[in-house]
Amino acid sequence: MENFKHIQTAHCENGVTVNLLQRKGLDFFNEPLAFGIGSGLFYIHIPFLKINKGPAISFRSMPGAIFKRTCKVLDIDVVHKRFRSKEEAERFLNQQVDNGNPVGCQVGVFHLMYFPKAFRFHFNAHNLIVYDRKDDVYSVSDPVMEVTTSLTREELEKVRFAKGPFAPKGHIYYPEKVNEVSDELLRKAIVKGINHNVRDMLYIPSNRTGVKGINYTASQIRKWRAKHGEKKAGLFLGQIVRMQEEIGTGGGGFRFLYAAFLEQAAERLSDDRLIKISEKITKSGDLWRDSALQMAGIYKGRITSQKDFEYSADILNEISALEKEAFKELKSFKLKY
Amino acid sequence: MKKHELPQDKGSLDNFTREVCYVKNKNGKYEKGLSTGWEAKQVALDNAWEEINRIVAEIKQEVLNGKVSPVKYYMELNVMDLPVLAGYTGFFGWQIKRHMKPSVFKKLSDKKLQKYAEAFEISVVDLTNFKK
Repeated sequence: MENFKHIQTAHCENGVTVNLLQRKGLDFFNEPLAFGIGSGLFYIHIPFLKINKGPAISFRSMPGAIFKRTCKVLDIDVVHKRFRSKEEAERFLNQQVDNGNPVGCQVGVFHLMYFPKAFRFHFNAHNLIVYDRKDDVYSVSDPVMEVTTSLTREELEKVRFAKGPFAPKGHIYYPEKVNEVSDELLRKAIVKGINHNVRDMLYIPSNRTGVKGINYTASQIRKWRAKHGEKKAGLFLGQIVRMQEEIGTGGGGFRFLYAAFLEQAAERLSDDRLIKISEKITKSGDLWRDSALQMAGIYKGRITSQKDFEYSADILNEISALEKEAFKELKSFKLKY
Repeated sequence: MKKHELPQDKGSLDNFTREVCYVKNKNGKYEKGLSTGWEAKQVALDNAWEEINRIVAEIKQEVLNGKVSPVKYYMELNVMDLPVLAGYTGFFGWQIKRHMKPSVFKKLSDKKLQKYAEAFEISVVDLTNFKK
């Protein structure tokens, strides 16, 4: 396809959203806007779920939520399709691509051949754009990469039909009809996104989510060394750092990305108070990075006393308090559009 | 994070891509920065793989000692857990757990073995003739 423009972003789902919406005429659209309007920021220490017998933590909302919320609030019609049959899934994809319509595809990472082996876990909520095909080779725009890439027909089928939790089942999606987005609608979308995030971070009645969730993780960290021993406890800390910093978060567990959104929101809403909150979230991102360094010291075996675990947990408590303050202030602004 | 603080460490991203991070430029405004990697998280990733390899080696020995069946070994080798393997084979988690017993594994039908072989992308012969 001619004039397909690849856009690299921190996170895959933001990237697909931004790219597809820009193509449909929203050329001002960018990753922080997608992330903020889709209220992507979150924290959850997932109950009952263990990864490698360690903690399962997420710094963002559920896979798919960002695209869904963004399109909903901007009044964009979206087509979603999942398939039972691989043939049907392929036929539908080919039809779209041959009509010059790039589409978002949900894929599993384990068999994603252009990823280095070290990143290939059974994570089934990765997103990419398929924008062209020639013979048995599909052109792929993976938003986390600097350049476009390609997959053969077999490779693409394999990742579209990866199995296990969040199995994509050939999930394909694209915006069908995008109306013009007025300044007023955009401001409304920004405010709605912020309000949704305030709710997610402060008011979900569970001690595992939002700012309370961060304190929950801190309280767990204080127990790990005695309970699991230095080595295993260190591996658990490594798991937190990976969820927080692994490719796709934009650094600091999405906090810098959210701070960038608030910076744009301040401008769009002509409201300087949001700059102050952006700075607080930046500070929070910096603290997340500090905590990662502290935890790295532990899992490198450099500092491994209980005091060092306590200090990691202390930083998390500090982050929780800071984010609580920031989102409470956001709420108190009673933003209007 | 300021632009000049963005780490540019070597690691698993080499020869793949640089990644986007959001950083503050000289004017205090956010912009996209590109990073080759960060040592703090690289070590976490390396440790995770080291642990996976350690477990795989441990289970290999258990299979050779007749304590567990090759199903468990190949599951770990493919970085799977029960829900993932259940997804690929269509078995329930409790069935897979049974199949991890050598006595049960020995009596598995060819059809069931074939399902495991496909999930692990190996042949049935490789699955049943566990050596090395």
